[in-house]
Amino acid sequence: MYRYDEYDHALVQDRVAQFRRQVERRMSGELTEEQFRPLRLMNGLYLQLHAYMLRVAIPYGTLDSRQMRKLAYIARRYDKGYGHFTTRQNLQYNWPKLEETPDILGELAEVEMHAIQTSGNCIRNTTSDQFAGAAKDEIEDPRIWCEIIRQWSTLHPEFSYLPRKFKIAVTGSENDRAAVKVHDIGLIMKRGEGGEVGFEVLVGGGLGRTPFLGKSIRDFLPEEHLLSYLEAILRTYNLIGRRDNKYKARIKVTVHETGAEEFTRLVEEEWASIKDSALKLPKEEIDRIAAHFVPPDFRALDSDAPATVDREGSDPAFASWVRHNVVEHKAPGYAIANISLKPIGLPPGDATDEQMDLVADLADEFSFGEIRVTHAQNLVLPHVERDRLPELYDRLAAAGLATANVGLLSDIICCPGLDYCALANARSIPIATQITERFAEQQRLDEIGNMQIKISGCINACGHHHVGHIGILGVDRKGEEHYQIQLGGSASEDASLGKILGRGFSADQVVDIVDKLVSIYLDLREGDEEFIDTYRRVGQQPFKEGVYGAA
Amino acid sequence: MKQVVIASRLSDGLVVFLKQAGQAGAVEWALRLESAEVAENDARAAELLALAEADAVSTQIVVDPYLIDVEEQDGQLRPTKYREVIRCLGPTIRLDLGKQAEGSEA
Amino acid sequence: MALLEQRGETAAVIDDRFVRVDDEGALPESGGVLVSLSRFLAEKDALLSRDGDVGVVLQPDESPTEIESDLARLSLVALDFPVFSDGRAFSSARLLRERMGYEGEIRAVGDVLCEQLTFMLRSGFDTFDMSSPKALEEFASVLKEVRFVYQPTGDGRATAIERRLDPERAK
Repeated sequence: MYRYDEYDHALVQDRVAQFRRQVERRMSGELTEEQFRPLRLMNGLYLQLHAYMLRVAIPYGTLDSRQMRKLAYIARRYDKGYGHFTTRQNLQYNWPKLEETPDILGELAEVEMHAIQTSGNCIRNTTSDQFAGAAKDEIEDPRIWCEIIRQWSTLHPEFSYLPRKFKIAVTGSENDRAAVKVHDIGLIMKRGEGGEVGFEVLVGGGLGRTPFLGKSIRDFLPEEHLLSYLEAILRTYNLIGRRDNKYKARIKVTVHETGAEEFTRLVEEEWASIKDSALKLPKEEIDRIAAHFVPPDFRALDSDAPATVDREGSDPAFASWVRHNVVEHKAPGYAIANISLKPIGLPPGDATDEQMDLVADLADEFSFGEIRVTHAQNLVLPHVERDRLPELYDRLAAAGLATANVGLLSDIICCPGLDYCALANARSIPIATQITERFAEQQRLDEIGNMQIKISGCINACGHHHVGHIGILGVDRKGEEHYQIQLGGSASEDASLGKILGRGFSADQVVDIVDKLVSIYLDLREGDEEFIDTYRRVGQQPFKEGVYGAA
Repeated sequence: MKQVVIASRLSDGLVVFLKQAGQAGAVEWALRLESAEVAENDARAAELLALAEADAVSTQIVVDPYLIDVEEQDGQLRPTKYREVIRCLGPTIRLDLGKQAEGSEA
Repeated sequence: MALLEQRGETAAVIDDRFVRVDDEGALPESGGVLVSLSRFLAEKDALLSRDGDVGVVLQPDESPTEIESDLARLSLVALDFPVFSDGRAFSSARLLRERMGYEGEIRAVGDVLCEQLTFMLRSGFDTFDMSSPKALEEFASVLKEVRFVYQPTGDGRATAIERRLDPERAK
C-alpha cells in the first residue's frame, strides 16, 4: 500500500500544526464559532448530539496493522473504547474533546493518517472496491488511481469552497463493489482498444433528498488524462453549481437541471483547454504510485486446502462462515476473508479497541499486515492462505467477529441515526438490532440468501436506503419516530433506486413488516432467485398487497 | 410550558444546561438536567436564552444555546421531544455511555 | 479595511490606488477607479479614456469572459466574496490568470478569511482587502503553514510530483 514520502508527511504535519493553532484561537475566543466551524469541518470534526464526532479518513478503505493499532489506541486513550466504520470506508469517533483533537491528529499523522476533508464542501475521501488487489475479476488495482486522486484533491486551492460536498468512487472491476453509480463522480476502469487502461466517467449520482444514478459523460478516458478531466468537471461544477439552496447544491442537481448533454459539452470544452497542461500525469509518477500497490509475495500454493475442507465437513458454523464471508482470491491457494461487524443485537459497524487490536494482529499473522474497510461497514483481511482459514475463524469467533452473515439479511448498512447524529430525525440502530435479532437463526438467513437492508435516520441517506433491496428511512411524524419502506434498490453495476412501498410504520412495526416481505419473497421466488431478482420479476404489487392488504 | 436552556460545551461538546442566572448576567452551566433553571413562562425563557447567548460570546464556554420544552414526570424533569431526551440521556443502544451511565462525569 | 499583499515570507499593508465607485456615483477627476461590471460595460469608453486606471469588480456569478477582450486595459480585477464559502472566485481567478493571461492585479474583496489566503495566492490573487485588525499578522503566519503542494496552478510553484521527478527543482 501507499507509503508517504517526505512531501506527504510534511503536508499532514503542517495541517496538524495549523489546526492546533486554530483550536487555540477558538478556545481563547479569538475565533468565533461561525469562523471556526468551516475550519473544524475541513478537519472532519462535527458537533453532534452528545459530543464532538471526529471522522478519520481511511483512504480507499485500506489500512495496515500499525494504523489499525493506532486507531485502537486513540479509541482507548481519547474516546470511549470503540469506533464506528462508515459507508465511505472511514472511521468515526463519537466522543473526542475539541481541546484534545490536535493531539489526536498528531497521533494519526505519526502513522500516515489524518482527518483532512472528511467533512465540508470539498472533495471527500475517494472510495473503492474493498477487494482491490485481491479480486479475481479486477482489471487493475483501482487504488493506484484513488491515491493519485487523493493527492490531487487534498487541499486543492480552487476546489475547497465548492457549492457542496463532493464524493468520488473508483471500481477496478465490472462487478461494482464501490457503488460508483451513486457518487458525484464514478470511475469505472476498463481497457481501451489497444489494451490500455482508461476510465468510463459517470457524473451526478447521489442519494439524499433527490437520489440520482450517475450519467455516463465519457465512455473512455485514457489514464494519463484522469486529473485534467476531473479538474474540468470540478471547475464546471464550482462555477455553475447552485449556491442558493443547500438541497439543490450537489452536482447531481446541476447535471439534472443543466441536462447531461449540455453539462458534458461544458466539461469537454473546459477539458480541451487543460488536457495537455501540467495535470497530464507523467508515466514515472503513475509508475511510482503503482509500485506501492504491487501484490505481496504470495507463496506458491496449491488450490486445495485440506484443513479447511475437513473443517467445513465437520463444523457447520465454520462451513457457513466460509460460504458467506470468504471470497475467491486471484492467487491460487489464497482467499479474501470478510470480518463481519454485524453481530446479532449490537450496533452495526462498531468495533471495540480490543477488536481493532485483534484485527491488527490477525492482519500481521494472516494477511501481510493489510486490512480493508468496506462501504457496507465490515472489515476485510484481503490475502489469507485458504488452508489457514480454520485458525483465523477460531480467533475471530472468540472475539465476536465471525458472524457468518456477509451479504445476508443481517448484514445491514445503517447510519448512526438519532442515537448520535444531530442531523437525524429518527433512530436507525435499534431498528437494525431488532431485525438482526428476529433473523438470528443461521438456517433462516441461508434460506433467504443475499439480501441488502439499508437504514437511514434522515433524508441525507448516509445509510444508503435508496439503494437497499429493502430500504428503510426514519422520519419524524408529529414528534414520533416513523419509518418508510422502499423496495428494489441496488448499489451494484445494475444499480437502481428503490420505490416507496406505501404509508410508513411505527418503530415496533418495522420488524414484522420486514418479516412479511421476506415471507412473500420466499413464497414467490423461482429457482435460485435472490430477493432483488424476484422483486424485479414480480414488481411491487404482491409485496404491497401482502403488507397492506389487497386494494 | 416549562422551558430550559440547553447548549454544547465548547471544550468537549458535552450537553450542558443553564443552571443559574445570577447578578449582572453571570451564568453557570450544569451537566444534569435536574440542575437546570426552569423558566415557567415565555418571557422568562426569552430572558434566559438572551443571557445564555451573551455568555456564549463573552466566556466562550458554550456554543449553540437554545430553548427546549420540559415537563415533570414522576417528580423528574423530562424534555417533551425525544431528540432532546436522547441528548439528556445518551445513545439508547449503549446505556453504558453518556449521562445515563451511572457515575458518568457527563 | 486594509489592503494586503505578500512580500516574500511575509506580508505588507499597501495603499489602495483605486477608489471604489458605485453605479450612481460620480467618478473622480483622476486616479484609479473600481467599478461594477455593469457600469464598466455601460460606460466603457468614458472609463477607459479618462485620466486614471480602471478596475472592474466581478460578482461570483459574473464571468471573466465578459471582460476578456478588455483585459489589456484593466489594471485591476477585483473578485467579490459575498460570503467566504462562495468559492467561485477561485476558478475565476485561475481563468483570468492562466487561461486569459491577465497580468494585472487580481484582488479579493468581501468576506475574505485569512485561512483562505494560501489557496487564493495559488489561484492567482495578488492583493486582499481584509477587515480583521490582526490580518497582517495572520497573513504572515499562514504563509508558513504550508510547505508543499500537490496541485499545479499558475503560480509556478513546484508540486510534489515535480519535486519527486526532479528533486533539484525548488521554488
